[in-house]
Amino acid sequence: MDSSTAFIVEKSVIIVVVFAVTMIMAMYSTWAERKVAAYLQDRVGPNRAGWGGLLQPLADGMKLFAKEEFEPDTKNRFLFFVGPAIAMSAALMTSAVIPWGDKLHIFGKDVILQATDTDSALLYIFAVVSIGVYGIMIGGWASNNKFSLMGAVRAASQMVSYEIAMGLSMIALLMMTGTLSLKEISVQQHGLHWNVFYQPLSFLIFLICAFAETNRTPFDLAECESELIGGYHTEYSSMKMGFYLFAEYANMFISSTIISVLFFGGYNYPGMSWVVENWGVNLGNIIGMGALFAKLCFFIFFFMWIRWTIPRFRYDQLMNLGWKILIPLSIANIIITGIINLRGEILTYFGF
Amino acid sequence: MSSIQNISLSGSKKQVSNKEMTFLERLYLIAIVKGLWITIKHFFSKKATIHYPEQVREFSPVYRGRHMLKRDEQGRENCTACGLCALSCPAEAITMKAAERKPDEKHLYREEKYAEIYEINMLRCIFCGLCEEACPKDAIYLTISKELVPAQYDREDFIFGKDKLVMPLEMAIANTKNLN
Repeated sequence: MDSSTAFIVEKSVIIVVVFAVTMIMAMYSTWAERKVAAYLQDRVGPNRAGWGGLLQPLADGMKLFAKEEFEPDTKNRFLFFVGPAIAMSAALMTSAVIPWGDKLHIFGKDVILQATDTDSALLYIFAVVSIGVYGIMIGGWASNNKFSLMGAVRAASQMVSYEIAMGLSMIALLMMTGTLSLKEISVQQHGLHWNVFYQPLSFLIFLICAFAETNRTPFDLAECESELIGGYHTEYSSMKMGFYLFAEYANMFISSTIISVLFFGGYNYPGMSWVVENWGVNLGNIIGMGALFAKLCFFIFFFMWIRWTIPRFRYDQLMNLGWKILIPLSIANIIITGIINLRGEILTYFGF
Repeated sequence: MSSIQNISLSGSKKQVSNKEMTFLERLYLIAIVKGLWITIKHFFSKKATIHYPEQVREFSPVYRGRHMLKRDEQGRENCTACGLCALSCPAEAITMKAAERKPDEKHLYREEKYAEIYEINMLRCIFCGLCEEACPKDAIYLTISKELVPAQYDREDFIFGKDKLVMPLEMAIANTKNLN
């Protein structure tokens, strides 16, 4: 077996595993959401299908597949089908550049636990996340329904507004790390040198924008039931609607992963180098993957925790927060980071 | 003497404050953390749910279930069709028709007059128990049965006649055995 075949096989296996993990995490996020919601409200949640309701996502999926597939009388039938497909693919494509661990040593060779390690991983993520808005916009437009359209317009303007603040908050981080590669950002945060301790403001802005980007409460104006019925997926039924809901949970999983990788050290955990030296590369990295999963599961939980704590924003409050607070704040953050980065030169300039 | 605005009869009156929020308050971050703290406390608190088929909620001692027309210890129906239950019924759910006991029916009815037809409209009944209180002959009781009124397709099926209301003979026999 020559090296290129081995490379293709290795990457294919990683891609399939990452895909499967993303799907399973998204599936069980729906279960977790219901469980967390119930527990926060002093209930117990789904507990009939399987132990602790663990088979509930399968039952939900089967139900959605068995439902009648209704199509509204729309001229844009093609777009109506494309909408959920774009939402779903955009949600799944993001996971390609995420480093799930450093490397494993199997079959006498090092396997890098990442689908691709591009130099522009962060830009790629921003690009793909921005495509996600097309899924919502096209779906809402093609539904031929004013509520769907209103939900889609809200979602689109919200995502566009918050992407600016998100990008600016990232710039401060990039000025510190000096690279766009998520792999290198992870490596730089070895031990407890997590970026959140150096860039807390950047983390806060990124977190708020992640909530807005995934259309989660308190920014779920795109699908607020009290005003817009279901928002952009009002007209969707059966598994097409399932895809939209699934895309939301996949997005949540990816957002949590990106937050963990960018600010909480990714697969790093205190004492990782010691474990790798003494217990071997494989064990060290498997624990590392576990650490990453623990971090991202906490953030998924945090998403749900916030959902059942904070009520929805009003539309003008949302725009005020995005444009008048978060964007100036992230610009200030960039300036502060610049001053700290160049403190030596500045001090020399003033003759200290 | 205090002015009318300051009187609080319930003791829970609160003065509304319209003061400007400080910068920290306007950030809302502290308020959000407080809110998160409240919700996470509920996450670990005891759940109010009763897992129904496995666990059953304890009934109140004054629980009132489906009606039953009693038989005495010799298996004879107590009801004499006096109509006091129908009179007391606030929902006008009860109706009956009296008949005279034949000599060969002494083992069936305790007194000379009995209810030939006795009907309760379960769609009207509010299970208040006033019929039970009104009855001078200890004839009608609201049991502790958990099944109140099963679902039906026709309205007529909700009018329960004597076939559904009178105590089953086996139960009367069992009761008599327990007495002796």
